[in-house]
Amino acid sequence: MEIIPKLPVAEWIDNATEWTTDTFEFLFDFIKQDFGDFIEFFAEDLLMAIPIWLFIAVIAVLAFFVSGKRFGLVAFSVIGLWFISNQGLWEELMNTFTLVIFASLISVIIGVPFGIWMAKSKTVQTILTPVLDFMQTMPAFVYLIPAVAFFSIGMVPGVFASVIFATPPTVRFTNLGIRQVSKELIEASDSFGTTGAQKLFKVQLPMAKTTIMAGINQTVMLSLSMVVIASMIGAKGLGQTVITGLQRADVGTGFVAGLGIVILAIIIDRFTQNLNTQKGQ
Amino acid sequence: MPVIKVDKLSKIFGKNAKQATKMLDQGLSKEEILKKTGNTVGVNRASFEVEAGEIFVIMGLSGSGKSTLVRLINRLIEPTEGSVMIDGEDLAKMNKQDLRKVRREKLSMVFQKFALFPHRTIIQNAEFGLEVQGIDKTEREKRAKESLEMVGLGEYMNQYPSQLSGGMQQRVGLARALANDPEVLLMDEAFSALDPLIRKEMQDELLELQESMKKTILFITHDLDEALRIGDRIALMKDGKIVQIGTPEEILVNPANDYVEKFVEDVDRSKVLEAQHIMKRPETVDIEKHGPRAALERMRKEGLSSIYVVDRKRKLYGYVTADDVSAAAKQEKKDLRDILHTDVPKAEMHTSMHEIFDMIHDSPVPIAVVEEDKLKGIIVRGAVIAALAGSEVSINGDHS
Ligand SMILES: Nc1ncnc2c1ncn2[C@@H]1O[C@H](COP(=O)(O)OP(=O)(O)O)[C@@H](O)[C@H]1O
Ligand SMILES: [Mg+2]
Repeated sequence: MEIIPKLPVAEWIDNATEWTTDTFEFLFDFIKQDFGDFIEFFAEDLLMAIPIWLFIAVIAVLAFFVSGKRFGLVAFSVIGLWFISNQGLWEELMNTFTLVIFASLISVIIGVPFGIWMAKSKTVQTILTPVLDFMQTMPAFVYLIPAVAFFSIGMVPGVFASVIFATPPTVRFTNLGIRQVSKELIEASDSFGTTGAQKLFKVQLPMAKTTIMAGINQTVMLSLSMVVIASMIGAKGLGQTVITGLQRADVGTGFVAGLGIVILAIIIDRFTQNLNTQKGQ
Repeated sequence: MPVIKVDKLSKIFGKNAKQATKMLDQGLSKEEILKKTGNTVGVNRASFEVEAGEIFVIMGLSGSGKSTLVRLINRLIEPTEGSVMIDGEDLAKMNKQDLRKVRREKLSMVFQKFALFPHRTIIQNAEFGLEVQGIDKTEREKRAKESLEMVGLGEYMNQYPSQLSGGMQQRVGLARALANDPEVLLMDEAFSALDPLIRKEMQDELLELQESMKKTILFITHDLDEALRIGDRIALMKDGKIVQIGTPEEILVNPANDYVEKFVEDVDRSKVLEAQHIMKRPETVDIEKHGPRAALERMRKEGLSSIYVVDRKRKLYGYVTADDVSAAAKQEKKDLRDILHTDVPKAEMHTSMHEIFDMIHDSPVPIAVVEEDKLKGIIVRGAVIAALAGSEVSINGDHS
């Protein structure tokens, strides 16, 4: 056992991180500053500027149409959101919502193209599959460390860690959805002389849409699950209230904030799922 | 110039295609090559030409290489060897862009399982080829609509494929292919997934459309009846090889080998054989030259109870019976015209066996096969029965 000394893996990673931090400092600083400002602006100035009643009303109307003109989701959204505001957690909710939206959006923007690339090339699939496995099985906490190294603390590293954690399902499902399109339909498309892009946009993506949306739904849920973890590095929102409850052994506060996250999760989940089933046939 | 010219076209699936090609040269069979190299021979040196406006059928059992062959023609599958010329242009030498152009403008394919796009409405499906070409929306909608109306689906334009029956879905497949107004239609077992009645209907409709469209059609099927019904010419495939090419008649009457013969054996011959195939040389008398006595003499010699009457140019006048002739001879009459029967059972050269069978059932005399009023031959009951039974049939021959 003693023949091979302990491999300095930790040092290697440290060095790599340090090198990355130094080399891309300008980029990270830019993201930290400008993107951070933008997130802040979105949460504090945009969302918070909307009167609570108006916000709830808009969600209710959307819920009505998204769920196919039924009232279940409408009632749940109205009561749930009212409850959160009643508990004095509206600002926290808006921050959490912002984090989830940005993390999901970036995950999808990165994930879908990677999924397409993976579907079009066997080599890429062979390489990316273990990488995705790795990204998903690594405990989410670990992502906080480089996030802090690159972006110090706040919303930006929270979004960063969430993106790493939440992107894999979108990539996987996009790949799967495209590969599931039957050989005959691909042949039909080719036989009419489609270019690669025409085939992708007219046949493969529309047919993979249901599957891709299922992946996006998972991505959104995963980024929501990062809310509490991200608040450990200073991301504002409901997660922070949970952490505060934990630090003060204040079960009540923690529980109410947790409940807020659950309500938000259910609303977002039903929204993305209904969008999917509705458009997908 | 043929529209499609296929020359020594081969496709070998698997890694050592070169090695397998050599084995084909040495005359090894598909099975032996699979055993020795693990390669599957899809198509083996197929050569044929399809003329403009022709329906060329490729027929063979499942696994004989039909789908591979048709996909080599629009290069959905890359050939291992050989060439495919469309209008004199070699497809194998084309770059991607030219190939796309040929696929867009000259070749359209209809698939066995329809291969309609489920997320598109019927008209959007029919528009697909035009959309890919970048034709603007009003124009392509107009053309797609025309094409759908041609196959009788004008009413269903805004439905989705899943809302239509199989037969209707395949009509959409056909309309989608026709909307491009291609020169060539490639139809891979296009009707095989349909049940028999619908299949017949589609066959008839295709033939009807073809009357006005005059497309060049390459039609794949595993069903000989279908091949015989719609093919102008038929190529028979076995183990990737084309074993015979010919008109339906040639294939039925003259099977090239045992394989073809096996195929042909269980076909209902009455569907394909025509009057000209079973008629025999007629005994006749000349209306100008022969009187009742001469006619009686001739009939006695040949053992006939009736005989057809023609003139020097073999124009058919009618027939006389032995009884009438002998009575007329006794009365010393000179002219056959007095006792001529003109209610002749007539068939054309191309009249089918089915119709002849019905006619001959209650006809007292053999059926006259005529072309422009001239007597070409006669059909006796025995020949019809022999042909239906599938025994040796002679063309324009003189035995019965
Ligand atoms: N992609 C492929 N890879 C390997 N073998 C194939 C492939 N496609 C077809 N084959 C083989 O080629 C032969 C011809 O197949 P196919 O052209 O589909 O026949 P058919 O259409 O007449 O039923 C079969 O033995 C089949 O197993
Ligand atoms: Mg086939």
